[in-house]
Amino acid sequence: MSDAIEAEQSFVDKFPDEARIVRAALLSSFLALALGAIFGIIQTLHRTGVFRGIISSTDYYTSLTAHGVFLAISFTTFFLVGLFTWAVTRSLDRPLIDIRITWTWYAIMAVGMTMTGVSILAGFVPALDMSADVLFTFYAPLQAHPMFYAGLAVFIVGSWIAGADWFRTFLAWKRDHPDERIPLQTFMVLTTMAMWYIASSAVAASVLIFLLPWSLGFIDSVNPTLTRTLFWFFGHPVVYFWLMPAYLLWYTVLPKIAGGRLFSDPLARVVFVLFLLLSTPVGIHHQYLDPGIAEGFKFISMTNTMFLLLPSLLTAFTVVASVEYGARQRGGTGLLGWLTDLPWRKPEFTGMMLAGLMFAAGGFSGMVNAGMNINYMIHNTIWVPGHFHLTVGTAVALTFMAATYWIWPQISNKPVYSRAIGLFQVVVWFVGMALMSNAMHAQGIMGVPRRTAEPEYSGFDYPTMFGGFEELNVQIAIGGTLLFVSTVLFIGNLVLTMGNPKVSGLAESLPPALSGPDDAPQVLDSLRLWVGIALTLVVLAYALPLAAIINRGGLLGPGVGTYPAWIAPTLDALAAAVTPILGAVGGAASLAGVIL
Amino acid sequence: MHIHAYEKLWLAASILLILLLIGSVTYGAVGPGVAMVSDSEPPIDAQALDEDDRFSEPRVEQVGDNEYVAYVVAYQFGFEPSPIVVPENSTVTFYVTSRDVIHGFEVAGTNANTMVVPGEVSKITVKTDDRQEYGLICNEYCGAGHHVMEGKVNVVSQAEFDERNSGGDDA
Repeated sequence: MSDAIEAEQSFVDKFPDEARIVRAALLSSFLALALGAIFGIIQTLHRTGVFRGIISSTDYYTSLTAHGVFLAISFTTFFLVGLFTWAVTRSLDRPLIDIRITWTWYAIMAVGMTMTGVSILAGFVPALDMSADVLFTFYAPLQAHPMFYAGLAVFIVGSWIAGADWFRTFLAWKRDHPDERIPLQTFMVLTTMAMWYIASSAVAASVLIFLLPWSLGFIDSVNPTLTRTLFWFFGHPVVYFWLMPAYLLWYTVLPKIAGGRLFSDPLARVVFVLFLLLSTPVGIHHQYLDPGIAEGFKFISMTNTMFLLLPSLLTAFTVVASVEYGARQRGGTGLLGWLTDLPWRKPEFTGMMLAGLMFAAGGFSGMVNAGMNINYMIHNTIWVPGHFHLTVGTAVALTFMAATYWIWPQISNKPVYSRAIGLFQVVVWFVGMALMSNAMHAQGIMGVPRRTAEPEYSGFDYPTMFGGFEELNVQIAIGGTLLFVSTVLFIGNLVLTMGNPKVSGLAESLPPALSGPDDAPQVLDSLRLWVGIALTLVVLAYALPLAAIINRGGLLGPGVGTYPAWIAPTLDALAAAVTPILGAVGGAASLAGVIL
Repeated sequence: MHIHAYEKLWLAASILLILLLIGSVTYGAVGPGVAMVSDSEPPIDAQALDEDDRFSEPRVEQVGDNEYVAYVVAYQFGFEPSPIVVPENSTVTFYVTSRDVIHGFEVAGTNANTMVVPGEVSKITVKTDDRQEYGLICNEYCGAGHHVMEGKVNVVSQAEFDERNSGGDDA
């Protein structure tokens, strides 16, 4: 099997070209992390009223847009494409088909994110006639500069070509190994990308058909419920797009670091298939409180959402069982005594374990969000960012940072500068997030809204629960500051690592699972079947709601305007300036259509 | 495919948890009767609210024995009417729409909460308790002045409600 070959040579020794692009993708990811963290600390101090001298409350929303887009889109996706390139190459034990194509999609993604990023940051400079203060969800009729939408489209097209690159590499491997099971890591990459194609098609359609033409002045208005629904068609599966790389690491890398091996390969495949099937037909649960969508559609979405708990609950079992197996291999005994025999001094281990622990907490608050009628209590309160700072903000982000301490030496032949700082860093993240997220959940129950520069109001006071509003603000500010410190330590440690001299002997192998792929039914590898079922479920969940929304409000909306209105006088000039970009996007999109 | 006995037990417990969660939501819908905001109201022209007899003059009206309706318009950056005054221990149905962008309508500290989407009318029915002043918050980002968008829902005694309205209705 391919799994045990690299005992001598490290990844960068065997695949120097691929290692280079993995490093480039991870560095892009960490650049986004650094920028996102700067906006994060500004916001946590501003919102809580600790210090409001850095930005005005109006610019807070520019900052919040940057924080959301850089972290939720750029940090996560660039890490994903780096990790998946590593995982495909490693588990197939062969280079990618054509490294020029690989650099092409990386460049397209980088250009797209730069366009979007510039359009957001321009909002800080009044002299520039450009802004995109629309937050990560860009709900119309709030409007961003056309470059914001165009950049997002370019970025998504880049990710599609990345997926095609991995699929082609897999097909080449398949021709050489016609009778072998798909290696587990490649299986995880392919199912995740299949889900991504389905999910991102909706937001690409929303941007290219409605939002971009609208921002260029080609159409006068859009249907806010339609573009919102297309966003959430993408917006829920995207959270699994963030999470699947973390799952890949928990399933295939964490057991090895713990001293053991994965408990069950077949169950891991079942879990990824379930995510492919169930991630998309649930997006309407973000719209429980939307008018214009029938209660029945919301109920269907709610049941699908609850079943989506299953793969995560199965993961909790498999990962804990694999880690326990590792501990017992290291001499651990007793009902819980084995916990002391785990490598807690390794930042990659402790970071991933703490991330998993917080994911459990995030799962429980997610159950509340999913509970359609309890959702009234917390919808759009700060409870919700409290929830997703546990999931994407810790389960994903902390796992990525922890995994970097394990993977970076293998893709660069440079040992980590300080593993002690690494351990300290992941623990600081955990403590900071425990403080911040807990206080955010508590304020949410009091009714404190999310997404606001100044959550205190002139006409009323919040009821006091779990400590008063001010006291919880202090917890949020301390927690947010610790998270910033942790990010600085992470980035600093990595930069110093890059300055280390190259050494050999940093290779790590991944052992096969205790219960291997031969125990898995062949049907699990039938990607066509699963994609077919996934598409069917999406059609069942979305055809009627989308038809009803279009029937109610029309494709272009029921007499809704455009905000902010300042864009109108300069619209023609902007349109003239950006039309070439639109042409390029259209060209790239049709090109991608041909490739796929 | 071999599945460990503990894993089967875990799987069964997980499915049970999922069914219980779906059951609890279903109970909330049919037992206490928590209805979801839905598509019950027809769409509306957001730029012609002046021509709509409900929203041209946002107001609270009595429609039955201890039953009231409140027609509310959300806009950048406030709510009309302000404050929204309703009597204690009554049933109030809010009809909320927006004349510009997407807003939120949240009576702070309660579960009276809905999205407000231009072109649509959100309908939620609540029961008021004793006299109290509640904060009304826009909980969806709606533009540069989002943080100053606030209103009030004042639950007052029946006598005070009648007194306020007797002055206004005849005029």
